[in-house]
Amino acid sequence: MEQAAKHPAIIKTRLQYLTDRQGFLGTVFLMPAVMYILLLVAIPFFLAIAFSLSDVTVGDTSLDYVGLENFRRVLETPQFRRALLNSFIFTLTAQLIVIILANILAVIFYEDFPGKWIARMLIIMPWATPISLGTIGWLWIFDSKFSPIDWVLQQLGLLGPDTLLGPGKHLNYLGREELAMVVVIFIHVWRMLPLATVILLAGLSSIDKDLIDQAEVDGATFWRIHTRIRIPLLFPIMSIALLFGMIFTFGDMVVVFVLTRGGPVYYTQVLPTWAWFKGIDGGNLSEGAAVALFLFPLLLVVAIFMLRSASRSEVN
Amino acid sequence: MTSRRWPKRVALFVGVAFFCFFAVFPFLIMLINTFKQDADLYRPQNNPFIYNFPATLDNLRLLFQETNYLTFAKNSLIVGGVVVIITLVIAIPAAYSLARLTGSLGESAGILIFLVYLVPPSLLFIPLFRIVAALHLNDTLWALVLVYPTISIPFSTWLLMGFFKSIPRDLEEAAMVDGFSRLGAFLRVILPLSMSGVVAVIVFTFTLTLHEFVYAATFITSSDQRTLSAGVPIELVRGDVFYWQSLLAAAIIVAIPVAIVYNFFLDRLVSGFTMGAVKG
Repeated sequence: MEQAAKHPAIIKTRLQYLTDRQGFLGTVFLMPAVMYILLLVAIPFFLAIAFSLSDVTVGDTSLDYVGLENFRRVLETPQFRRALLNSFIFTLTAQLIVIILANILAVIFYEDFPGKWIARMLIIMPWATPISLGTIGWLWIFDSKFSPIDWVLQQLGLLGPDTLLGPGKHLNYLGREELAMVVVIFIHVWRMLPLATVILLAGLSSIDKDLIDQAEVDGATFWRIHTRIRIPLLFPIMSIALLFGMIFTFGDMVVVFVLTRGGPVYYTQVLPTWAWFKGIDGGNLSEGAAVALFLFPLLLVVAIFMLRSASRSEVN
Repeated sequence: MTSRRWPKRVALFVGVAFFCFFAVFPFLIMLINTFKQDADLYRPQNNPFIYNFPATLDNLRLLFQETNYLTFAKNSLIVGGVVVIITLVIAIPAAYSLARLTGSLGESAGILIFLVYLVPPSLLFIPLFRIVAALHLNDTLWALVLVYPTISIPFSTWLLMGFFKSIPRDLEEAAMVDGFSRLGAFLRVILPLSMSGVVAVIVFTFTLTLHEFVYAATFITSSDQRTLSAGVPIELVRGDVFYWQSLLAAAIIVAIPVAIVYNFFLDRLVSGFTMGAVKG
């Protein structure tokens, strides 16, 4: 104690007195982050609502109130209705597939095997790579003329004249409505599977190993252990993986933008791309903002679920 | 016992091989095509997985010398670097505040801030496009520098908050008994102990700026101001001619280093994503 008393820092200045007070320092420390978010997230959000109720365009930036006119006009177009439907189809289908595959992959990576480190790196690549660049690879793979998949199918005798998938020599993936939709879902699965897998893997690793060992000693089969012990215990974390996947897929503009630009015609259009083509490409900021706002309700629902599951895990 | 394990091992390796192939297939195609001659690539009957003609470096030469690829890379580095600094300056104090100084309010406030990370750029890009124009930042890198922290600060704050909480309170209290102020204890004792968390935040923020596409495509229209994620697909694909090999090379050159670095910090980043639902 005597030593501390001699320490020069113990002579308190007014500033030090303030920085020692938790409440004051806490506020000062937190303020910049809160201000940043208020200025560049909260204000733009309310501005988006204001835009959607006005007649603002790139050319005429004054906000004149027009009520729900933009929403009425947006809802009338078949492109928008298709985009809304597609956003849900793509998100739900992709996430259903992701969660099934992630279960399998997480169980595989729970085991130890030689080369696991490098295998994990390869598995994570679709998530670690910018999706706009990853999609370019797929753009070539699903090319109408030079698709490597078409080549393999031709060699196997499955594609071409007088074959199962023939008679054309190419499947023309991105030029056909159903196939283009399948390809978009496929790429979303490819991209989101790594994240879901590593989240589930973290969950698996936290399960008490004794519990599994005990069940094995008792003669439970792998399948029984999986369905009766692992999946129920993993359920909270699985829902978190699912919620992340849904938000990222629902809000994603890149896959469709780079792959099809919404085509053929407008059959793969989604809400983010349609908002972009309306608002930025077409310069109609108010209708673009109205389209983008349709993303909000689902995001809100997902966010509420997250808050609930987070607070539950805290109680435990 | 060993005979019973055999089928399981085989199934395991088949599974690993299958999923690895699924994950890297496009990267494999990118890599092969990077060195392909036009005459090889643009003949549908050629085997796409081998070199039917000798490999060439011409495509890389074209990419580096005749496109803006290096400019995109330089722009991405500038934006990434500045955003990392802004994020650290704002997120570190915020995280410490939420972990230690704001009491029981901290946890809920932390989750609220984290949720901001989940607001997709596609929801806000139209009003932000106007805000950026009003600030005369449109078509400059500073537009991205201004907006990207809205995504990186929330996640980084959340990640660091977990870090600071895992450090025993006794350490700060001991430092304060030794005469440090609360601020001094934080800077001299807590921060040095959290370096691995800070590095994870740097990696996360940098990859985020590298990934982001919507803002980059919206705010910037001049080729020499573009960053990699938007510049490559927009400037190199939508030109009059598709230089496919150079384009695929442009993608793989970014993908490999990012994947390697990301892999080192994966566990840290996952702990942020699991939102405390897994107590490690």
